[in-house]
Amino acid sequence: MVSTNGRTLQYREALREAMEEEMRIDERIFLMGEEVGEYNGAYKVSQGMLEEFGPRRIVDSPISETGFGGLGVGAAMYGLRPIIEFMSWSFCLVAADQIINNAPKMLYMSGGQFGCPAVFRGNNGAGGQLGSTHSWVVESLFSHVPGLKLAVPSTPRDAKGLLKAGIRDPDPFFNLESERMLGMGLHGDKDYSRYQHANKWAPPENDKDFIIELCKADIKKPGTDCTIVTDGRPVHFALEAAEALEEEGIDVEVVDVRTYRPLDIETIAGSVRRTGYAVVVDQSWPFASVGAEVASQIYEHCFDDLDNQVLRVHNDDIPAPYSRQREQDMLPNAKKIVDAVRSVTYNA
Amino acid sequence: MTATNASPSDVSNNSRPSDKLSDDQLVKMLYDMMLIRRFEEKTMQAYQQAKIGGFCHIYIGQEASAVGSISALKDDDPIVGAYRDHGFALARGMHPNYCMAEMYGKITGCAKGKGGSMHMFDRDRHMYGGHAIVGGQCPLGTGLGFSIQYEEKDNVALCYLGDGALNQGGFFESMNLAAIWNLPVIFVLENNNYSMGTHIARGTAMANDLSAKAQAFGMRYAECDGLDVLDVYNTFSDQVAMTRNAKNPQWERGNWDEIEYSREGSNPGPAFVNVKTYRYQGHSMSDPQKYRSKDEVGEYKERDPINILVNHLIEAGKATQDQCHELDSKAKQVSKDAITFAEESPDMPTEEMFTDVYANPFGPYIKGGLPNIITNENSGE
Repeated sequence: MVSTNGRTLQYREALREAMEEEMRIDERIFLMGEEVGEYNGAYKVSQGMLEEFGPRRIVDSPISETGFGGLGVGAAMYGLRPIIEFMSWSFCLVAADQIINNAPKMLYMSGGQFGCPAVFRGNNGAGGQLGSTHSWVVESLFSHVPGLKLAVPSTPRDAKGLLKAGIRDPDPFFNLESERMLGMGLHGDKDYSRYQHANKWAPPENDKDFIIELCKADIKKPGTDCTIVTDGRPVHFALEAAEALEEEGIDVEVVDVRTYRPLDIETIAGSVRRTGYAVVVDQSWPFASVGAEVASQIYEHCFDDLDNQVLRVHNDDIPAPYSRQREQDMLPNAKKIVDAVRSVTYNA
Repeated sequence: MTATNASPSDVSNNSRPSDKLSDDQLVKMLYDMMLIRRFEEKTMQAYQQAKIGGFCHIYIGQEASAVGSISALKDDDPIVGAYRDHGFALARGMHPNYCMAEMYGKITGCAKGKGGSMHMFDRDRHMYGGHAIVGGQCPLGTGLGFSIQYEEKDNVALCYLGDGALNQGGFFESMNLAAIWNLPVIFVLENNNYSMGTHIARGTAMANDLSAKAQAFGMRYAECDGLDVLDVYNTFSDQVAMTRNAKNPQWERGNWDEIEYSREGSNPGPAFVNVKTYRYQGHSMSDPQKYRSKDEVGEYKERDPINILVNHLIEAGKATQDQCHELDSKAKQVSKDAITFAEESPDMPTEEMFTDVYANPFGPYIKGGLPNIITNENSGE
């Protein structure tokens, strides 16, 4: 079991703790989504919240993402602070007009009169043999859009700190969680805890004002030989790769971007300047992906510091296959990262 | 519908809400309609002179719809609508200068020149915008109704849509959400028979009986003559009263089997109101109108909404012909002044391009100031 100073906390519990704490201090916040109330959360993120906050503030919605996604935008314009849960980000595509056409543009199109302080959150990425329509990774789609903010937290600590920051922020905030990470912290997952100790895993206890400022990348593992820039679940693939590479004498630095919008390029570039090598990892498809953007910005900021080209590791450029092994193969897994780091540092 | 000779006096046998309107209130309604008419005429001229760009949808013919329905509201009842929105802005009390300047893309516009014709917003007057994606405003209006109920206020949200939006999924999802939570929202169908150039019968099932749309969700249905501002006013006075203070049955947990459904809807509860109206102009300024005959347009012009009210006021001795002319002259002058204001205002400056993208900005973005419509005295009339 993973612990920090004796504290154990699952990723899903961290999300819940963030929402509960903020809802206790701000009456304007409500949580709406499919199965968030009576069912206790399709993935148990909102377990127990209906009991505490009641049906006015924990609202079970029918399966109508356009309807309740847009309702959240309207309520935010009115002055409430909606948290709209998508059971999966894969299901948000039917609500695209509301979440990427209305939410992020409202402040601009109204000349500053109506903002949209709404949070949209849910599971992102391959959940485990769900097939391609259920396995969407949306950071590359949505980071494209000015007017919104977007985080991809990788640990319970980051999940809580970033979500709280997003709830308090006056702009539309997209929190991309992962079905595969919700239980992290419970069963003694292989969590690379030798990299994750020292307060990197769980948020502090009894600190209602613990937030992680948006636009602050985090060095999840310091190293000297090559920078791996990544986010969310692939952070763990990168740490797994770091262990394997350590045996070969390659000491990588793993930089977790945490938020793509805004993107903390300073921290990323600072790391690349120290190591001279960079591998960018995300779980999008390669073309026009957040990883492509990060790689491009590394070139812009670190052209003279790089000792080799920047390599990118992504999901394979195919719809997610159902087959268990082939799905694992398509992800930006540790093996692909190890290969990329070896390849990029061969001249070191 | 076809044009008929009904007049407001036909409903005067029973006491109607409009009977209680003071002469001043009636004259105000007339002036608002005249202002919209004259303002839109100026808008068309400016568009033809290429001073207004983009898409521009003219409200002429539909004036009674906005004026009649908004007159039935409290000042702080929120409204949201589609892109044919100049009429709503003016009926809600936005100063015509800010409305015209917005179309000119000037910094003095209601949205600083960032929104244009289809995006009229006025926070102080609880106007939550014109919205340019057909039906995209329906979930927003539902959110306004949700918020009113959440805050336990006694307001009603009006969500306007055209008949083209009837076939968007967002409309149906919104109707369902409003019904299951019994939200204080009225979906106002401004039914001008055409979604762009497609007649309603060609694009909408059950076009001959739109009450079916409401019945499907157990929602109250009403319809009115959208050319007769008093009929619109009366209908909305009734419907708004039956929507205010709608309570959410699901705030009581565990009584699912006891929720009763009725095709007539609940009272108080949400409603769907079919305002049968007509636009004289094309869908937008670029519409050659090959889908309808000049005779059809002419037939409607016989029953002009402004003339209907003028005739009523004169017959009822509530206004004289001279007074009506005077009001019209004032509307013309105010519209002319709006053009002057817009023309003399500075363009949206380049430094405004990066403001209002984020309320809490980063990187290249800059925190925006409030537009003139908020910071200046906005005494529209």
